[in-house]
Amino acid sequence: MSTIASTQKVNWKGGVSPYNVSYGKLMMWFFLMSDAFTFGAFLISYGTTRLSASYWPDPNEVFDKAPFINAKLPLVFVSLMTFILIMSSVTMVLAVHAGHLRRRKEVAKWLSLTILGGILFLSCQAYEWTHLIEGGTTISHNMFGPIVDGHHTPGPAAFGAFFFTITGFHGGHVFSGVVINTIVLINVLKGTYDRRGHYEMVEKVGLYWHFVDLVWVFVFTCFYLL
Amino acid sequence: MSSEVYTGQAQRAAVAAVAVHDGDGHAHHHHQSFITKYIFSQDHKVISKQFLITGMIWAIIGGFFSVIFRLQLGFPDKSFPFLETIFGHWAAGGHISPELYYQLVTMHGTIMIFFVLTAGLSGTFSNFLIPLQLGARDMASPFLNMLSYWFFFAASIIMLISLFLKTGPSEAGWTAYPPLSALHEASEGSKTGMDLWLISMAVFVVSQLLAGLNYISTILNMRTKGMSMTRMPLTIWALFFTAVLGVLSFPVLLSGFILLLFDRNLGTSFYLSDIYIAGHALPNQGGSPILYEHLFWFLGHPEVYIVMLPGMGITSELLATHSRKPIFGYLAMVGSLFAIASLSFLVWAHHMFVSGMNPFLGAFFVLFTLLIAVPSSVKVFNWLATLWKGNIQYTVPALFAIGFVSLFISGGLTGIWLGNSALDLHLHDTYFVIAHFHLVMGIAAFFGMFAGVYHWFPKMFGRFMNNTLGYIHFWVTFIGAYLMFWPMHYEGLAGMPRRYYEYSADALAIYHRFQGLNEFISVVAIIVFAVQLMFVFNFFYSIFKGRPVKDPNPWKANTLEWTTPIHVGHGNWPGEIPEVHRWAYDYSKNGIDFIPQTVPVSPAEEEVGETVKTPQ
Repeated sequence: MSTIASTQKVNWKGGVSPYNVSYGKLMMWFFLMSDAFTFGAFLISYGTTRLSASYWPDPNEVFDKAPFINAKLPLVFVSLMTFILIMSSVTMVLAVHAGHLRRRKEVAKWLSLTILGGILFLSCQAYEWTHLIEGGTTISHNMFGPIVDGHHTPGPAAFGAFFFTITGFHGGHVFSGVVINTIVLINVLKGTYDRRGHYEMVEKVGLYWHFVDLVWVFVFTCFYLL
Repeated sequence: MSSEVYTGQAQRAAVAAVAVHDGDGHAHHHHQSFITKYIFSQDHKVISKQFLITGMIWAIIGGFFSVIFRLQLGFPDKSFPFLETIFGHWAAGGHISPELYYQLVTMHGTIMIFFVLTAGLSGTFSNFLIPLQLGARDMASPFLNMLSYWFFFAASIIMLISLFLKTGPSEAGWTAYPPLSALHEASEGSKTGMDLWLISMAVFVVSQLLAGLNYISTILNMRTKGMSMTRMPLTIWALFFTAVLGVLSFPVLLSGFILLLFDRNLGTSFYLSDIYIAGHALPNQGGSPILYEHLFWFLGHPEVYIVMLPGMGITSELLATHSRKPIFGYLAMVGSLFAIASLSFLVWAHHMFVSGMNPFLGAFFVLFTLLIAVPSSVKVFNWLATLWKGNIQYTVPALFAIGFVSLFISGGLTGIWLGNSALDLHLHDTYFVIAHFHLVMGIAAFFGMFAGVYHWFPKMFGRFMNNTLGYIHFWVTFIGAYLMFWPMHYEGLAGMPRRYYEYSADALAIYHRFQGLNEFISVVAIIVFAVQLMFVFNFFYSIFKGRPVKDPNPWKANTLEWTTPIHVGHGNWPGEIPEVHRWAYDYSKNGIDFIPQTVPVSPAEEEVGETVKTPQ
């Protein structure tokens, strides 16, 4: 009896959500969950391989280069990269917020800055990859093995393999994020979301962008700090 | 991506508007061409049929392959000239070559598990039933839904191409273990065939992901008024957990495949270490093939339940409908589905007891594997209790549902044997495993699929399938299944190894005594395969010439799909979407044969003092 009374109170038919979340956002959340499993599988594989290796390079030695500066600066450049990416998350938050208030110009401004952050991050990654590859560390080779007579010998190839695979996979995510953000930005400028009456699309790509940033925190920890 | 979602929504609203105006929902249907209506259709019912028919084509190919390698196993000394006609130099002199044998076995597994029992089964019934049984106009995103089929189609084409390569398709087994699958030198099939296999499977994962996300959000968000989660038919619950399993486990497989693809083509060593080929040491160091096995089986085990759960849901629904009784223990059914789905993520390494994995770790997996027997038994108990003293209508779909229960029990019991690592050490590489998983997830899942096809065929095509052919199909398949796989238990207990091309070597002389049995199994396999072709004939013949459906609710079922017109248009209900007032299992209640979900609860029902049968 009480069941019937309660279902009659709830006023939904077909399209409106009983959970008060649009299906688009729900789908994005579930997609992010599955993507988390993809990255989780990569990082766990990396962890098991690294733990079973007898030697592993010291990140402070591998990542000690920054552009235009001819000095050893361990992890400085990657910290800058991380800072840029996290700042792009901040601008994304501001874009979503402006979207809630339906201020088109502000959304466009913050979204553009987010895209800029993404492109900067990708450029930094391109620099870092180039630097490593020029130094002989590739997906199948690692120049940072044990030091013999003051020089590095080739080390476990899994280092380069996992580094390029996982940062590449993450970079691919950043890249697709930049592309999607750009499409959304064009729609913002065209006023599509004003006509639609809401800026939920900005919120959805925002979810994706934050997820990509969050993944970077783990990638950063696993490859640069540990 | 999501701009399309909104287009889809707008389109559905438009369709709904049209349907309200227009009684049969057919007449002025915003001018669809043949291509948008039948090929690039966004209608969930058409997509469902696309999945079904593609799955059937694959099932014929996969089944045919098994017949060919059964010929080799049953008649290793005989020559079959027609094989040379089909396979050319791969079957010179009428004998299939060892390479071809492994390719056939690999493709049989891959096709049946992924293309037929994953895409064909859950793709068909999730698409067809979720909107219809929940009271929705279509999926949450019809566009992504269409994409999921076309990604599956692309995966199919890539896999099909690999069958025609000069070096043949993959022959590393459906599990594609490295190093066999990682090294081009390992075999013919490990050349281009393996790359295409991996690419095809990666595309397949994308298809499953798009599909699963859609199913989940549709089930959570698109239910009609009054359709609370606990009033959903059990089919929907089963398809929901199937989708959750897919969304969480396929990505891990994708990671594993990406690493394997890199090992093959970019010179990495994720899975390779200490390998010699023809006396030469390979440079690969530091990887582990066991890592691949972990990544693979983290999907691979949930995959078993992705295959099984739709059949369980269909069986629950059909047993209640065809025995005219409420399902026994609705909440226990939902709970056991949830338990099975959760536990399926904690048991993957029971496939790896013989891999060299730490035996201490094995003990953990034995425990969780045996635990799965509990919810499985709950389900079996509830199915039997639903049948108990029911007014069972022995229709073809009902027989297949009952057959599902039988096969699930027979195959499930041996799962308890195999789940014990100590026993598994002996049984793992024998025919015992073949017998176990074919009964419990191969044939049983097929039975779930057949039951569903026979039951919902009238809804799909507005005609019935031929009953006589249906009964023949059931009895031959059912008896044949036991005749094929029961003897394999004995062979396996005696230690007869699986994956072998022939047993002529002196060291295997002990297994010569099974030659007669192997012949027998092969003959039965050929008969059963022929009967499946008869089913395919029945299916296509009935689409055009079957007995037309007159009653919109031919099985007298309670669920919402039978409240639609016989020929359902795009948008499903011509007028308003019906409102739901009760659960789906009010059969034989207070002397009334069946009470559809749309019927409001009458005061009389409440006066009787009975609960409204809406467990909350």
